[in-house]
Amino acid sequence: MSSTTAGSSTTVATLIPSRTAVRAKVRVRRKGSAQRVRTGISAIVIVVWCLLPFYWMIITAFRDVGFTYDTAFWPTHITLDNFTTAFSTALGNHLGQALLNSLFIGVCVTAIALLIGTFAAYALARLDFRFKGVVLGLILGASMFPGVALITPLFQLFTNIGWFGTYQALILPSISFVLPLTVYTLTSFFREMPWDLEEAARIDGCTQGQAFRKVILPLAAPAVFTTAILAFISSWNEYLISSQLSSDATQPVTVAIASFAGSQPHQEPYTAVMAAGTIVTVPLVILVLIFQRRIVAGLTAGGVKG
Amino acid sequence: MAAYLIAPTIVLLAIVIGYPIVTAIIQSFQKDPGLDAATGQFVSGGFAAVSNYAHWLLQQCMNASGNTIACPPGNLGSGFWNATGVTFFFTVVTVALETVIGTWFAIIMNRTFRGRALVRAAILVPWAIPTAVTAKLWYFIFSVAGIANALFQSHILWTSDTWASRFAIIIADTWKTTPFMALLILAGLQLIPEEVYEAARVDGASTWRTFVTITLPLIKPALMVAILFRILDALRMYDLPAILTGGGGGSGNATTTLSILVVKQIRAGYNSASALSTITFLIIFIVAFIFVRVLGTNVVRTQEAQQKGTKA
Repeated sequence: MSSTTAGSSTTVATLIPSRTAVRAKVRVRRKGSAQRVRTGISAIVIVVWCLLPFYWMIITAFRDVGFTYDTAFWPTHITLDNFTTAFSTALGNHLGQALLNSLFIGVCVTAIALLIGTFAAYALARLDFRFKGVVLGLILGASMFPGVALITPLFQLFTNIGWFGTYQALILPSISFVLPLTVYTLTSFFREMPWDLEEAARIDGCTQGQAFRKVILPLAAPAVFTTAILAFISSWNEYLISSQLSSDATQPVTVAIASFAGSQPHQEPYTAVMAAGTIVTVPLVILVLIFQRRIVAGLTAGGVKG
Repeated sequence: MAAYLIAPTIVLLAIVIGYPIVTAIIQSFQKDPGLDAATGQFVSGGFAAVSNYAHWLLQQCMNASGNTIACPPGNLGSGFWNATGVTFFFTVVTVALETVIGTWFAIIMNRTFRGRALVRAAILVPWAIPTAVTAKLWYFIFSVAGIANALFQSHILWTSDTWASRFAIIIADTWKTTPFMALLILAGLQLIPEEVYEAARVDGASTWRTFVTITLPLIKPALMVAILFRILDALRMYDLPAILTGGGGGSGNATTTLSILVVKQIRAGYNSASALSTITFLIIFIVAFIFVRVLGTNVVRTQEAQQKGTKA
């Protein structure tokens, strides 16, 4: 209704700018700049809230253990000792081994999930078949499955067959949540792909193999790669199952960090833990920032927490 | 054709999820091995009927002479309703906070302004950090001499006081998970055409009115899916309280969630733990079912619609 008023006033305004029209224009401009300021302040609050704890971890990691509780907001008493402590096997911190374990478990889980999940995702995205909704629902339900419901029987099973603390005992349960995530994310990506191009390539004289190799594979590669990153991150971040089924030799970084020893007896090894946390997190954060766009797409497509 | 492609996934999921769940259900009806009260002999269990479930739901324990009594305080069985309450309290508070703050994040990120790329990058940082590291980080921030107390000139025992420890976990969880929520909501926001807002602006609608009458109804499907995912995830919360407070605080179990209780029980008896994990699974399943039924959330369809929208 008010839009018609605005319309009629502009016809008048072409000759004599009416007072209300001028006032309305000023109000819009003021509202615009006021909103810009508010957006700016909100943006700063969000960035500070998200980054400050992370920043605090990093500067504490470089702070001398004697100044653990220093409240300066910039790096002070800079040292690398905490990193030495974090890797010190003499103190019982197997961070080096734990990093390798996490890497190995993550790569295996990701490889298995992708190898198997790609086929399912292709079928779910491209083919029509009965019970498709059921299969999708089943896979989505599986990704929401509580980990504790798995560890009790697995704890007993793995103890009985002598797998307790082995790598396979950590890889298999992780598949329970990485595989659904992989299938779901890949399905979403595959749905968006321009599959018509495959047919076009065939018409242009490609064999089916060539069409797949030269057209589909390059198109699908980014999707598969993004899914691989998401799968790897969710495996790398897993704690519950590993904390119960791993041994000292096979424990991943999350478990290692949760049970850390410091250089000073009778003192919580905060600085060393922050150093270990920095080592575990920074590569991940860099990876995420590089592939930011695709990861956001993958996250919202899969809708599953990593 | 489709069956061959899907079969490996289904078979693998049946092995890693189906087998354990069936085993857990069977075991939950078996007695845990222990000393027989009457004879003093070691017995290896046997059929337990529903006694494991009664142990948790009705707090029934066996006393030395083999009679059923109410579980004494301190017994894990007596912690069930407390853990259920704590779990639901965490779920309701964290999901509510994350929804409100996440919506705000999403609305800001949906505007065009200089530095938007920085905001979008920054919110991925808490998401990328492993929960175990997040827990340790906040454990340090909330330590007695830590920065949280220094900043507010307070002396709060963040990891041992009943309510302070609960709020420590809520704050840490909100920090870690809001970005994920914001991204899901942002995906919904981006589907709203700019013209709709323009029309509202021309009509002179206030920011708040625009939000309530346009934004909220239009992002409702995306919002509901995000909330559902978060609720299911929060109901199985383990890492954060397990590391940040060890499930302790107050008289010792102020932050013990159902998942923590299951893990504590594993080493005290598989079969009883199986009953508890089955109960936990059922609780999550029922909540999901009610949510989907009552609110009519169609996860699969909403997600499909979203992808079609982003593609267009």
